[in-house]
Amino acid sequence: MNGDDEDINRNRAVDWGLKAYIIASFAFVFAPIAASFVFSFNADRFPSIPLGGFSLEWYKAVAADPLVWEGLRNTLMVGIVAGVISTALGFGAAYTDYRYKFFGKQVYLALALLPPTIPVIILGLAMLAYLSRINLSGNALSVIISHVVVCAPFAMAIIRLRLSQMDPALEPAAWNLGASEWKTMRHVIVPFTKPAILGALFITMAVSFDEFAVAWFVSGLNETLPVKVLGFLQGQVSPRINAIGTFVFVTSMTLVILAQVLLSGRTATARPAADEQE
Amino acid sequence: MQRDTLVSFEGVVKRFGAYVAVQKLDFQIHKGEFLAIMGSSGCGKTTTLRMLAGLEAPSEGVIRLSGKPINDLPTWSRDTPMVWQSLALFPFLNVRENVEFALKMRGVGKAERQRRAEQWLDRMQIGEFAERNIAQLSGGQRQRVALARSLVVEPEILLLDEPLSALDAALKVRMQSVLKNLQRETGITFVYVTHSQSEAFSMADRVVIMSRGVIEQIGTPQEIYRTPRTRFVADFLGSSNIFTGKVTSVGGAGIALQTDSGPMQLSASNAASAPVVGSTATVTVLDTKMRLSVTPPADGVNVVPVRVIGEEFVGATATLYLETAKGQEIRVQKGHEELTGLPLGIGQALFTSWSPEDGHLVAGG
Repeated sequence: MNGDDEDINRNRAVDWGLKAYIIASFAFVFAPIAASFVFSFNADRFPSIPLGGFSLEWYKAVAADPLVWEGLRNTLMVGIVAGVISTALGFGAAYTDYRYKFFGKQVYLALALLPPTIPVIILGLAMLAYLSRINLSGNALSVIISHVVVCAPFAMAIIRLRLSQMDPALEPAAWNLGASEWKTMRHVIVPFTKPAILGALFITMAVSFDEFAVAWFVSGLNETLPVKVLGFLQGQVSPRINAIGTFVFVTSMTLVILAQVLLSGRTATARPAADEQE
Repeated sequence: MQRDTLVSFEGVVKRFGAYVAVQKLDFQIHKGEFLAIMGSSGCGKTTTLRMLAGLEAPSEGVIRLSGKPINDLPTWSRDTPMVWQSLALFPFLNVRENVEFALKMRGVGKAERQRRAEQWLDRMQIGEFAERNIAQLSGGQRQRVALARSLVVEPEILLLDEPLSALDAALKVRMQSVLKNLQRETGITFVYVTHSQSEAFSMADRVVIMSRGVIEQIGTPQEIYRTPRTRFVADFLGSSNIFTGKVTSVGGAGIALQTDSGPMQLSASNAASAPVVGSTATVTVLDTKMRLSVTPPADGVNVVPVRVIGEEFVGATATLYLETAKGQEIRVQKGHEELTGLPLGIGQALFTSWSPEDGHLVAGG
């Protein structure tokens, strides 16, 4: 934003107003998270001002709890497996959309992108009803299946966007140079979409990591971390929740930021060099 | 000059749904020639090229490469590399990897791949950019990468789909001579699709002119320029004046017509087939073959009284725009020295004329 002061077409009062507005919005959105973060390091039993001393005791308490470890293990396992499967499915759906024209394509796309628009309670209930009927409810597999349903559309949207930036001549150019369709997939389509594939992987993992409602319905005894947290809350209000919350937030944000870096990094380098005379 | 046939189109038709992109294409591409396919957008030139590359399947007819039908051969099994309008370089590979791509797909070993890529990088004078990203290259350098990438497999034929359209005028001319020299040195058959007359005429040995999915004329640039065979070609090239009228007599001495601009005569040998008396016919005369004078010429043949309506200077030549009494525009092109001494003010009355040898009858009226 260099040279703002030089810009005669900007009203300074409006500028400051907009900046204040942005700061206020972010403060409102992040205040609860920040509070949770601060109180997770507070020595006092109850969240109150003034703060007590700095302490890691709630983190220690969390680390000592085997139930938390079990929840974390479930969460990581479900997140990774659901992320990989969702990304693979999303890639397939996005490539189908990119490559083929067929009757009912609009319906196909609408259906593929539908799951995130369904209220999670309904989705969770439906999953429970369906999975219990085929004897798959109440275990980690059922959470994975449910999370794939929720996550795959995100992966598809991300990869589809990347494919839409591809020169339509790139794929036929590879065929023309002797690459079969499989080789083109491996040597052209996948390398081109790689940033989006990795981005989709991190985003879907983050979504699965945070997802609570559907997991609550179908997880049974194999609770993921967010479900465990609710369990704690129902029993007692403990600052341990702040510690877990902070940990989950940091992990998710890391994944999302990684995805952001991957998805925006390529477009910056793809800008063509200025045409110099040879 | 009869040469071996490399590619032949035999009754090739291409339909997209109800739309006919190419109708009944019958022509040959000779081994080692530089063939340009020219026409305005939607004339079927790119479809023709894509059928040859195997990117579109013909709806009817047979395409043969070296005598063998290739209709059912998938793109990747043909040796018909193409240079794309967008160039379609792989942005995630560097220059060397782009050039090696086709060899890698064909299972050529690493050492051999490197050796052959090196050879083409040097030949296209882009060796120093070998490790660069595509995004770091200029337009002309990318062009060279695209050529090297296609030629590295040393094909018999190279297809080019308006590859120069993105370049500025000066670079375009430079790349034209690069392409022409490359074709001459390698002896590879080039099939070059373009809408630009100057590109086609400056590089090609033969030019195919297409319109609405039909070939209007095939010939050397000189043939087409001097004697456009159809009215469309004459209009498209824009270098001839066109007169339409009724044939009044056909004989050994010549053909006579009555047009809006007066009676006209042309040599009998300047018609592809003898016209029928009473039928409508169209005569083309190159704008460089038109004569100008203040008084009507003595022989009195093909004389049209005109008025000057404008003039335009392009380098060493001037184009004069004239109008007949009936309002038809006539163009005359002359060197400056030929025009000195002629009064050329707007509205000036002049006489334009041409010799019967310079009028040509086009097919199909």
